[in-house]
Amino acid sequence: MDAIKTWLGRSGLASIAILAVLLLVVFPLAMDTFRLNLVGKYLTYGFVAIGLVMLWGYGGVLSLGQGVFFGLGGYAMAMFLKLEASDPESTKIQSTPGIPDFMDWNQLTELPLWWEPFNSFGFTLFAVVAVPVLLAFSISYAMFKRRVGGVYFAIITQAVALILTVLIIGQQGYTGGVNGMTDLKTLMGWDIRTDEAKTLLYFLTAALLLGAILLCRWIQLSKLGTLLLAMRDKEDRVRFSGYDVSMFKVFAFCLAAALSAIGGAMFTLQVGFMSPSFVGIVPSIEMVIFAAVGGRMSLVGAVYGALLVNFGKTYFSETFPDLWLFLMAALFIGVVMAFPNGLAGLYESHVKPWLARRKQAPAGSGGEPPSASTAPAAPTVPHTTTSSAAAPAADIHLGAKVSSQSA
Amino acid sequence: MSNTDFVLAVEDLTVSFDGFKAIDSLNLYVDRGELRVVIGPNGAGKTTLLDLICGKTKASAGSIKFKNQEMTRLPEHMIVRAGIGRKFQTPSIYENLSVFKNLEVSFPRGRGVFGALGFKCDDAVKAKVDEVAGMIGLADRLDLEAGLLSHGQKQWLEIGMLLMQDPELLMLDEPIAGMSARERELTADLLNRICQNRSVIVIEHDMDFVARIAHKVTVMHQGKILAEGSMDKVQSDPKVIDVYLGH
Amino acid sequence: MSFDEIYNIALMQGFAGLSLFAVLLLMGLGLAIIFGQMGVINMAHGEFMTIGAYTIFLLSSLTETYAPGLIQAYFPFAIVCAFLVAFAFGWLAEWALIRHLYKRPLDTLLATWGLSLGMQQAFRTIIGPKEVSPTLPDWLMGSWSPAEGLDIPINGMFVLGLTIVVTGGVLLALYKSRWGLRVRATVANRSMANAIGINTTRTDRVTFAIGCGIAGVAGAAFTTIGSTGPTSGSLYIVDAFLVVTFGGAASLWGTVVSAFGIAQTQSISEFFLSGSMAKVLTLLLIVTILMLRPQGLFASKVRR
Repeated sequence: MDAIKTWLGRSGLASIAILAVLLLVVFPLAMDTFRLNLVGKYLTYGFVAIGLVMLWGYGGVLSLGQGVFFGLGGYAMAMFLKLEASDPESTKIQSTPGIPDFMDWNQLTELPLWWEPFNSFGFTLFAVVAVPVLLAFSISYAMFKRRVGGVYFAIITQAVALILTVLIIGQQGYTGGVNGMTDLKTLMGWDIRTDEAKTLLYFLTAALLLGAILLCRWIQLSKLGTLLLAMRDKEDRVRFSGYDVSMFKVFAFCLAAALSAIGGAMFTLQVGFMSPSFVGIVPSIEMVIFAAVGGRMSLVGAVYGALLVNFGKTYFSETFPDLWLFLMAALFIGVVMAFPNGLAGLYESHVKPWLARRKQAPAGSGGEPPSASTAPAAPTVPHTTTSSAAAPAADIHLGAKVSSQSA
Repeated sequence: MSNTDFVLAVEDLTVSFDGFKAIDSLNLYVDRGELRVVIGPNGAGKTTLLDLICGKTKASAGSIKFKNQEMTRLPEHMIVRAGIGRKFQTPSIYENLSVFKNLEVSFPRGRGVFGALGFKCDDAVKAKVDEVAGMIGLADRLDLEAGLLSHGQKQWLEIGMLLMQDPELLMLDEPIAGMSARERELTADLLNRICQNRSVIVIEHDMDFVARIAHKVTVMHQGKILAEGSMDKVQSDPKVIDVYLGH
Repeated sequence: MSFDEIYNIALMQGFAGLSLFAVLLLMGLGLAIIFGQMGVINMAHGEFMTIGAYTIFLLSSLTETYAPGLIQAYFPFAIVCAFLVAFAFGWLAEWALIRHLYKRPLDTLLATWGLSLGMQQAFRTIIGPKEVSPTLPDWLMGSWSPAEGLDIPINGMFVLGLTIVVTGGVLLALYKSRWGLRVRATVANRSMANAIGINTTRTDRVTFAIGCGIAGVAGAAFTTIGSTGPTSGSLYIVDAFLVVTFGGAASLWGTVVSAFGIAQTQSISEFFLSGSMAKVLTLLLIVTILMLRPQGLFASKVRR
């Protein structure tokens, strides 16, 4: 039994299990459909955030263009839904029935050729992942093979985000322009606007996100995860141990892109539209702050970060819009200056020792002091699932050391 | 050029940085099983030479043949896979990983992206780790975080990480820098042991240490080879005394 | 369309590109100094430009209210003020924020982005969300027609002249002054510079402030060709970064050349394509070239 607990703790599964209970049981029981849908929307950013944990926290590569992949995934899904919503019957008032409304407004008279494949749901699902990954591969392969990294890479990804936004806004007839693709109604005949559909989509998003976290955790625990960490600190040593460092970074970037794209597609399904405002420079850099607030080394923490920041954004930008931007500014500066490992780091440095002390106190002075080097065993994990500080992850203590070294 | 029996044949090697020739038409041949020490004053181009051989720096002209295979155009990781290992001047290990992990990661299997995903630490890996850890004297430190090792142990660990790959040519840049006298002795023994089935190139300043390990000594000066031969021969060479040993 | 007309349009389009060139170069110059010297990516650089632009606006309003007679003369003085105000804020930012983050370039990037958000919101709260334009002296208005059908705006030429003066001044300061010597020594070898008695902390702060001050001048130049809003600066930040990386981060000469190339590409392609497609094309071109030649146009090979 103890062995199982230790294993749970070491692989970080305990914290993932708590998140799963929170997402699959607590939230659905405690919230109405509207709120649940909102959380579902925030969770789609969780995909981006865990992608950034793999890319930035583990790989040491910062991308300021994750909105590109989020957007490409979202747009691919939106194109399918838009085509379905634009059947000749419901668009018969247009001068060219059967094509999306924005095309008609922009004097297009037939569906562009590259839109055709998006009539197929199978192709759309494929494209949701394949298009972003292909783009991510070509960008990162070219850059990493030439040893471009750090701030240069960040700037290039930012430029890509700008290019795509300008392109989408400029090519109204093909993309819906600044308004994006709106009025998405059904998915293969299934109305996605009903409460039941929204609840179901929420569960689908949560399940996919948990699956993605497990996948990433498995990668972290594999040799590839070790190599990513090793590369971040001693890139030359890894290279001169016979590894093609660039390909590992390319993999991390493609993985992050694929995750973001899945998040984007789920976003479109839950929210019912996609627009360039989720693609550009500002949303892309905001996505980085989700991971930073949660803890750039913690998958579970990143999800809490995405939830918390987006909740704050919704709350403040409705109630005190001015204050929100100042708060956002403080968040960026604070997370970098004061707690670089985010919530997960705070949990690791403050909450956990405190819990350990409390647990020990009744046992008297005879109890063995908790060893700092062992991963948190399951019993020390708090059961107060609603607390935001419940972002426990065994993978933190590695990160804490790394950052104290790089500081 | 011609095929040779040498493990490493460097011919007419030149590299220039904005006109400054750090290595100037240099020739160097290393035999199988040989332990070669390269000495020379600071700025002679010793480290640059190692950088060129392992591909860290690209040559402007000339050829580097390892087992008659041209290396100058290969990317670094392919040069490593061909069998050349390189230790850096300052110990370059993964401080946050355990000694065991440091060695395990250096095991030459699962080097591709998907290979690394599917890599399993099986008995063969464990046996190799144990063997190497024994050689470098860290057998009882396997679970320790590498950052907590002493400076000398870190140097050994990096040598151990290279040994995991079983390279046919091992290049060590100042392996005993910062070591105590006792550690130097142990390192000399270690080097003498590991060169039995591979060639080793060592850059070193400490003449006593050089005398203990060198089969042959190469003296570099201003990107060129000034003298080559046994320790005694080199030490009595007036040119060498003039530029290096004299002061 | 006759050949003469095409020639004139091309020339005017070229001059339109020169205004953009001036703003990009001034922005890029400040960034290049900061990045080249300290390896710091300043995402808030655009906001320092906005500070400069607002300074001009403020002084123009003050002059109009209290000394309307001086409206023809205040502008050069205001440019100096724009530099000084941006310099002061840059000094403050370095002291409060940047100095804690050296050696963590990616974190600096995020922190300065936060700074930029905060500054934008501060502009919105203090000055207001509406775009403002200063009253410019009459001699900046109008255009110069050296030939029939050819109109070259005077403000464009003024901006260009200003840019040349500032660029020349920066190059001169960097290569002839004590400050320049300290900066170059620090870039070449920080610990050695420290050891021989250069106060690198102070050098960093002055350098960062000067970079921001130049952004302030860019803001002054910007007021002659557009109106200023809280987010005016952020519109130029990506372009300015690309100017710096494209030119080769350590080379100021490269910054000049790449600013010219980018501005002209943008301006000339704007004549053939819609504005947004011209932008896409220009950016795409730069990104592609940067992928093939990541060290930028001008970079020297260094022994490591």
